[in-house]
Formats: sequence, C-alpha cells, structure tokens
Amino acid sequence: MELFFEIKGGDFTQAGTASSKIKKVLKQLNLDAKTIKKVVVAVYEAEVNVVAHAWRGQLLARIDETGITVTITDEGPGIEDIEQAMAIGYSTASKEVREMGFGAGMGLPNIKKNTDELEIISKVGKGTTVTFRNNF
Amino acid sequence: MKISEIIQHTKARVATGDNYRDREVNKAFSSDLMSDVLTLDDEDLLLITGLSNVQLVRTAEMADIHVVLLARDKNSTPEMIELAKENGIVLLETPFSIFKASGVLYSNGLQPLY
Repeated sequence: MELFFEIKGGDFTQAGTASSKIKKVLKQLNLDAKTIKKVVVAVYEAEVNVVAHAWRGQLLARIDETGITVTITDEGPGIEDIEQAMAIGYSTASKEVREMGFGAGMGLPNIKKNTDELEIISKVGKGTTVTFRNNF
Repeated sequence: MKISEIIQHTKARVATGDNYRDREVNKAFSSDLMSDVLTLDDEDLLLITGLSNVQLVRTAEMADIHVVLLARDKNSTPEMIELAKENGIVLLETPFSIFKASGVLYSNGLQPLY
C-alpha cells in the first residue's frame, strides 16, 4: 500500500496531516500501539521539519507485509552538516518555530531513535531527502 | 488519578472530552517543548503545558497522550477542540500556573514521569 502527501513549507496548521492519516491506516492493520507510535512520531517530526525549514515537500509511505518505508523529499535550504544536525540540541529553527514548541534540535535524533533504518541525503540550496524504515 | 480528580484539584474547566471523566492517568509531564514530549515512551500520561495551539493537540495525538491540561487560563481554540474531539483527547483549562497545577497534582499523589 502506498500513501502520498504534499507538505507546504511554513504552514503549521497542516503539519501532522500525513502522520495522522498514516496513524489511522496503521491502526486498521492491528499493529501494536508502541510500533504505531514509533512510526507516527518519526513521520510527524519529519513533517514538522519540512514545514519549519523547507519551501515545499512530498511524503511517500510504502507499507508492506514486514514494515513501512517513508521517504520525505523537500525543496529547501538543505543541511550543511548532517552530522551536526543529528546532534541533540543543534538547531537552525526560527524564533516562530521555537515559539510553537519545536526547533529544539531534537527532531532528527528522535527520528533516528524511533526508526530501524535512517538515511539523509541533502544538497545545500536544493533540498533534503529523508528515508526511514520501521520493521513490524 | 481519574480525570475528574484532576479537574477538582486544579479547578479546571473541560474544553472537550467531558464524557471521559472516569479515565485514569498514571503519570504527568509538564512541558512547553513539544519536541521533548515527542521523545516520551510512556502512555496514559497527563500533559501540563503553557502552550495553546493546534500543534499541541497534534503532538498529543502522535504521542498517545489523551489528557492535556492548559495552564494559566489559556483557552482552547475551536481548531484545537475539533482536532481533540476527532482523536478522543481531553482538553482541560486551569487558572493555575504550570508550577501550581503540577505541585497540587503531585501532592495529591499523581506521579512524575521522570
């Protein structure tokens, strides 16, 4: 099964639409609550990243019998130093994003914590592609 | 602790979820940082916060948190209430500060997460 979503940069009212839909689909598959939570927290963090940093993005979730693979591709500023971005507490988020309760430099490390595989490819000035997989 | 007891101890109003008064929470966590809330592994939590926006409810939805207490008389917006209803989340509003609400609930036996 494949699920596809468009994500608009800067539009915080819509952040979470994809994770919410994916959560409902995973619930219908009768997966245990802890597995679902790990997936949707990772998807939500990735969605918030696109909204907070990029201009626009797309999210594709592929569910197979053994797990879920999520790919989020954005057009945005890219990440200069991925290793630095993975460090807890490092953030380039704006004041507005921080006022909403995000931008504490915890998003990417939390995606890593909640997923079984994670790959980040980024080109400065072009955008970022984040792919992760959770095995059921 | 039952939601009805949380309401009583913190003099809270129920913005939505009045039919869940008998639901129990095991522990509580106070934070304005949604990034931090998203790192929690426990369920059946009460979240006490000074934040009041749609992302708060979204975060609760993803983190499997079913009860949120807004401190310092913050009002839930219609968008927050709609999203909370859709996901079975109880939104409470207390005139107390985060510090006082946390202290009152702690002294009445509600356990901290950490």
